[in-house]
Amino acid sequence: MAYSIKINGKTHNVDVDGDTPLLWVLRDVLGMTGTKFGCGIAQCGACTVHVDGAATRSCVTPVESLNGSAITTIEAIGGTAAGAKVQKAWLDREVVQCGYCQSGQIMAAAALLAANPKPTDSDIDDAMSGNICRCGTYGRIREAIKQAAQPATQSKGG
Amino acid sequence: MTDLSRRHLLRAGAAAGGGLLLSFSLPFGSQAATAFAPNAYVRVGEDGSIVLTMPYVEMGQGTYTAIPMLIAEELEVGLGQVKLEHAPPDEKTYGNPLLAGVQATGGSTAIMASWQPLRQAGAVARALLVAAAAKRWNVEPAACRAEKGEVVHPPTGRRLKYGAVAADAARLPVPKDVPLKDPKDFKLIGTPAKRLDAPAKVNGTAVYGIDVRPRGVTIATLTQSPVFGGKLKSVDDTAAKAVKGVRQIVRLDDCVAVVADHMGAAKKGLAALKIEWDDGPHARLATADVARELEQATLNAGPVAENIGDAAKALESAATKVEATYQVPFLAHATMEPMNCTVHVAKDHCEVWVGTQVAARAQAAAAKVTGLPLEKVVLHNHLIGGGFGRRLEVDGVTRAVQIAQKVDGPVKVVWTREEDIQHDMYRPYWFDRLSAGLDETGKPVAWNHRFAGSSVIARWLPPGFNNGLDPDSIEGAAKFIYGLPNKRVEYLRVEPPGIPTAFWRSVGPSHTIFVVESFMDELAAAAKQDPVAYRLALLDKTPRTKAVLTLAAEKAGWGEALPAGIGRGVSVQNVFGSHLAQVAEVEVAKDGTVRVRRVVAAIDCGIVINPDTVRAQIESATIFGISAALYGEITLKDGRVEQSNFDTYRVLRLDEAPKIEVHIVQSGDVPGGMGEPGTSAIVPAIANAIFAATGKRLRKMPIDSELLKRPA
Repeated sequence: MAYSIKINGKTHNVDVDGDTPLLWVLRDVLGMTGTKFGCGIAQCGACTVHVDGAATRSCVTPVESLNGSAITTIEAIGGTAAGAKVQKAWLDREVVQCGYCQSGQIMAAAALLAANPKPTDSDIDDAMSGNICRCGTYGRIREAIKQAAQPATQSKGG
Repeated sequence: MTDLSRRHLLRAGAAAGGGLLLSFSLPFGSQAATAFAPNAYVRVGEDGSIVLTMPYVEMGQGTYTAIPMLIAEELEVGLGQVKLEHAPPDEKTYGNPLLAGVQATGGSTAIMASWQPLRQAGAVARALLVAAAAKRWNVEPAACRAEKGEVVHPPTGRRLKYGAVAADAARLPVPKDVPLKDPKDFKLIGTPAKRLDAPAKVNGTAVYGIDVRPRGVTIATLTQSPVFGGKLKSVDDTAAKAVKGVRQIVRLDDCVAVVADHMGAAKKGLAALKIEWDDGPHARLATADVARELEQATLNAGPVAENIGDAAKALESAATKVEATYQVPFLAHATMEPMNCTVHVAKDHCEVWVGTQVAARAQAAAAKVTGLPLEKVVLHNHLIGGGFGRRLEVDGVTRAVQIAQKVDGPVKVVWTREEDIQHDMYRPYWFDRLSAGLDETGKPVAWNHRFAGSSVIARWLPPGFNNGLDPDSIEGAAKFIYGLPNKRVEYLRVEPPGIPTAFWRSVGPSHTIFVVESFMDELAAAAKQDPVAYRLALLDKTPRTKAVLTLAAEKAGWGEALPAGIGRGVSVQNVFGSHLAQVAEVEVAKDGTVRVRRVVAAIDCGIVINPDTVRAQIESATIFGISAALYGEITLKDGRVEQSNFDTYRVLRLDEAPKIEVHIVQSGDVPGGMGEPGTSAIVPAIANAIFAATGKRLRKMPIDSELLKRPA
């Protein structure tokens, strides 16, 4: 049947079975390929998107469960304050290697910072350990999140 | 190391679009120097654009940044001015000289292979551009210089952009010898350059093979015979066909694929299939069978990889004898991007979209399945979401083309993670038998090492397998870093039935270094000597190796006291042309759980191109190796791979990742490889640290926590 899904502020109508995971609607039906497929069972986090701001594994999120929730993907996360800071920190710290998992990592980190602007190491462990990186960029991810959590340098007028 | 500088040939000619085309030949191992064929191209357009056709593919290792740095350095352009293109499949042009001319990205070879020829290409291009400008100004070229994409004539202050003289430069004779820069004048090489591929990878716009969407593409997923070598007996697809979005079921001899509008429907359709398989001859195969066969093989002598002195005799008369056997498991690659390949088979041509480490082989695989001539197969290479050797194989291309032959229009074949893990081509299982003799002072006077396992080279590059030996299987075991008076190394090629093998990050040394560095630790323990001091005493003939070991030990605080349950372990190696020592600090909990707390690495990889990439690769390869040491194991039961996804094939996660410190030794030597050394080095460092912490020697990977449990 047809579902109306709000993604990055825009409403899309898709005609798929209700149990179709959001991931495939994004990637194959709507062509938004920034969100990645890694495992299909919520073990790796490559498919992480935000559902009403919460980091969510889209590979196990049926479209019928969305009920009008607002979805944000990597394509639009730069439009949020936390997302923009995370992306900048990722570049400053040279986090990426193959880069395939990084959409999911950035989405997880952006959700963390939006909810918890000053995460401790333990908070970072909790928020990020569901996201696998086979290139092993974990150390840099941690540093980048800490950088993104710093208040932006204030320009002092004069 | 081959002398790379001697054999390059350069030529310039008018590029199709105007401007200067400079092509240069990488020095093939298999091609004569007189083969004047170019094999990589620098294009300087009249618009000033500089395009480099990349013979190597980016899979995370930073090659899309380091390779352009080599050219930009000599060409005197900013890194930001260089644009990159994937090389088309063309083995003659883009063959990797260090991989016998195969067009391949692997073996940590890209910088080693490109170090001279790519700088030379940049230097010659610069010289031609300078000459063209000088001619226009009617001045001596020597009075001009190049900087930031312009030719400058300092006495008059005149300037011309490269683009403005590119067409003229293309008509000039190519200078024979253009001196390369003195390393002390490097502006780019050796500085931490930003990765050129990073921006697209943080905003979701980077296009991996799995992301391509040719017009009208359908999505297929597949299931292959769960036992290698099995066949499809029957399939009931009634329920699958009823799934909304499913278009077609494709049957092959040993595989069924479901073609659908999207992967969700394809997976749902796949789950609804009722399939019967004929398991074939390997229906009962278990890992223990493979291990037993390898163990048996090592009871007999094998082809001799190295023989120094008389190790058997020296062992007999040694004061102390040490014997051990070691085993390492099959391992999956588990790249984050699951296997995928998109193919459009038309009547008289075929188009393939894939991320591959071997573009020419991928093209040839498609040609073979379709029967089309090579030139009718168009291959589009893409960013790879993790290679680690998996994309040196083209089984996924073959499979996708077989499916696409039965589908109208382009089809993207995407493997589920379960299929990806259960139909990988695995790092071989190896079994090792060692014995050593020590003299009264504890010094090793005899070293015998015999091992059995699959030779990936024998299949992947048959000419590389000679007299029962191949250079990859024995690297790190034969001709290793230590000076020993009597040494014998034998390798027996034994191919396991019913499970395919392939290269895996750090390839042969992923096995040999674990064994050699663990056994060396055993000898130090038998001699009751410090593991670092024991090794240093054997490294007089390899000063660069000795220096990294000394540095790593110093930075790690080797010898300083640690709390109970925590130990330090060391390893040192010279493989892939780089010298690396690692010290791992490991905690063993009462329940046997192992945690790597800290890793200190000291690396001498020769001249460093991009120091941040060197650090990143050590970090990356170390984490990759820790995953293998702690969790990595593919096992077979009833011919089936028992692991299926990241829940059963675990890899390291962020909360388990240690602090990794990388210390780079300044060096003027030719660059070595960096993508793989960290993986082979860390595994024995961890095992040795466990020994230091618990007194227990683990000779079989992965670590079995049961063996490390302490009474409560």
